[in-house]
Amino acid sequence: MITEIIFAVGFIILAPFIGALIGGMDRKVTARMQGRVGPPVLQPLYDVFKLFEKEKAVVRNEVNFYIFSYLIFVVFTGALFFSGSDILLVIFALTLAHAFLILGAYATTSPYSHIGAERELLQLMAVEPMLILAAAGFYMATGSFAVKDIALWPEPLFMTIPLLFVGIVFVLTIKLRKSPFDLATSHHAHQELVKGLTTEFAGPTLGMVEIAHLYETVFFLGLVWLFFASMPWVGLLVVIVVYFLEILIDNTTTRVRWQVMLRSAWLVALVAGAINLGVLALL
Amino acid sequence: MSYITKSPWIIHYDGSSCNGCDIEVLACLTPLYDLERFGIVNTGNPKHADVFLVTGGINAQSEAVVKNTYEQMPDPKVVVAVGICACTGGVFRECYNIIGGVDKVIPVDVYVPGCAARPESIIDGVVRALGILEEKRAKMAEKGGK
Repeated sequence: MITEIIFAVGFIILAPFIGALIGGMDRKVTARMQGRVGPPVLQPLYDVFKLFEKEKAVVRNEVNFYIFSYLIFVVFTGALFFSGSDILLVIFALTLAHAFLILGAYATTSPYSHIGAERELLQLMAVEPMLILAAAGFYMATGSFAVKDIALWPEPLFMTIPLLFVGIVFVLTIKLRKSPFDLATSHHAHQELVKGLTTEFAGPTLGMVEIAHLYETVFFLGLVWLFFASMPWVGLLVVIVVYFLEILIDNTTTRVRWQVMLRSAWLVALVAGAINLGVLALL
Repeated sequence: MSYITKSPWIIHYDGSSCNGCDIEVLACLTPLYDLERFGIVNTGNPKHADVFLVTGGINAQSEAVVKNTYEQMPDPKVVVAVGICACTGGVFRECYNIIGGVDKVIPVDVYVPGCAARPESIIDGVVRALGILEEKRAKMAEKGGK
């Protein structure tokens, strides 16, 4: 019990800083890929601190409530995950968090924000089947839904559920808001929908969204790591390689339409999930 | 030193210019000048922006847009008039449709003259604007009792 609390508290305290470092490295590597110098590695932290220095300008007061709930539930998701709790609960908590984000975007009156919210719903729909199938895969491989038991499984789960790993890496692009699947909102200065989902969030409200994104990044990289949990250092290496691939894909692809995103994500989930779970069930 | 000077986000708007200055603003974001070194990001969204770059003189049609954009930006904020048209109206100042420089419509903090303003002078103008931004933030924090 004590170790679980330590892990959860450790995640809550350290994750924003780790997430910011990852984000900073991301921007640096992106800049180098484009032949630029790029911002300092701590830039995501500066951005967040700055946003809290700005005026509290909000369209409606509910927005702050929804966005705060989004942040709380993302933190809750990660804390559950890193304390070794039930992976299904983790996935549902994450979905609930995003439901709050979408409600926040809908509570504003801007059409850009509304389209962003609709696209966020589509992203959620695209990702959810893969996450549930991955949870099912973890259960079939280890006989437990608890992240703790999955992490302590003696051999790397990548060996038994490799296709599910591929599927998770695929939907990771959607979850990390990377091109070609950055439909709802983007970290780049693409201006097709102003800023999509986050158009109407200013100052501290946007700051909360940014912090939640830092937590989420750490959580999802933790999920990738879980496939190699029995070999922690190999897992870390895989996480680094996967994140580098995400940056590469981000910089070399253009945004797709939502139909393509939904179809491809469901196709990957269906093929990877059906084959992998089918083989597991037969063995 | 506060964080606002480390992460100023920019929005740019073309009042009614020939687009020369606007292109030079975008040139600042290219690999050669790389404004992102200073944490500067080009947002298309006034609600996320700290620095408002306006190019070109203001005419009857762009007046409302400039005012609206300025009002949507959360405090503290600064306005940089880029190019001689944005400063005074430039060669267009006698035109029947031109109201004048940006300062006829919204308060301007930094004037960057030039036709077109060179990227180096635009960057210089933005960096000067950061000093003013910091002053405004300190004043705001004082008022808010922080």
